Formats: sequence, structure tokens, C-alpha cells
Amino acid sequence: MKFGQVIGTVVSTHKTPGLDGVKFLIVQPLDENRQPNGEPYIAADSTRQAGPGELVFIVASREAALSLEDSFAPVDAAIVGIIDDVHAPLLSNGAGK
Amino acid sequence: MQLAKVIGTVVATQKSKRLDGLKLLVICPMKPDGSLSNNYLVAADAVGAGTGEVVLYASGSSARQTEATQDRPSDSTIIAIVDTVEVGGEVVYEKATAEAINS
Repeated sequence: MKFGQVIGTVVSTHKTPGLDGVKFLIVQPLDENRQPNGEPYIAADSTRQAGPGELVFIVASREAALSLEDSFAPVDAAIVGIIDDVHAPLLSNGAGK
Repeated sequence: MQLAKVIGTVVATQKSKRLDGLKLLVICPMKPDGSLSNNYLVAADAVGAGTGEVVLYASGSSARQTEATQDRPSDSTIIAIVDTVEVGGEVVYEKATAEAINS
């Protein structure tokens, strides 16, 4: 699973049946210093509660669909958790602060 | 998933039997800011998208998880037609506006 920040939303009314009611968010992957790390991509929000600016973790590839109610869905990235706090005192570069 | 713009269609009569009846489109991946990348790919269409539309596509084995592509050899499938893209509180793409400009 990867660490990222929600930076936007994608709205679609015309989508495949397995995606009804699924919210899509744009996620910027972050490194351990919470700096952008790679290109943003679109993830389904299986928490249903993530919003712009929030730190989240994302599961990628086919396993992503397992987080949705209908797991037969063409989803290759899904937000599976909203991060409250990161505690990693052995990470010397500040991500644990 | 990634955003992409549909830029054309692919017609093939000689192809894997498992691809019969599947519509193939040429798409150009798009960044959330609306800029297009300089590479292209062929994607199976599960939603009936057309040229010029902005779509969302899934990659890898997830691309087979639609009724149109189940058990078929596709690693990129168009799964949604995009209405609006919003980044940082600003609308960067709106289908209705884009269509009005193009018409």
C-alpha cells in the first residue's frame, strides 16, 4: 500500500455497472517527507469519506477492487484508509513528526 | 486509473478470437492538469466512448473486470466517461464546456 494525498476529484455519470456509487479521487503519491513522488493517478474511494487535502493510503492493482462492495469492478487503485497520524520515530527524515 | 483522451479507433479483422466484438480505441494519457502525454495506447472500450472524449481507464488485470472484457486479453480498458475533473478546488476539465468549444 502507498501513501498519498487527495488533490482532486473526477466525476463521471457514464461508467461500467460495477462502478455505480463509486467515488473517484485524484491522488498524488508522496514520499516519506510528504513530498510529491511520481505522477498523480485516479483511485476509487472505498472509505467513502476521503476528501481533498487528506492523507490516505492506497492499494494498487487488482486487489484494489476487493475493497469495494462489488469486487468485480475494473479498479486498479483504491483508497483504503484515511491517515490520522503517522508515528515512525526511527524514520530520521521527519515523516514521523 | 488514469485519465486519457480518446483520439481514434483501431480496426482489426485478424485478431485473437477472444477479442471478437470488442471496440478498440486509441487513447492518449492525460495529466490531471489537462496536458496530454506524448505516448499513446490501445484500450478496450467498456462504456461506448467516442473520439474527443476524456475517459478513465484501468490497467493490468483490473482491466478484465468488466462484462465486456471478462476473460479477454485486455490490459487497458476504458471504464468511465469523465464529466468533470477538479484539482485543488479548480475545475480543470468540464465535458459540457469542452463540447461547446469544439462544436
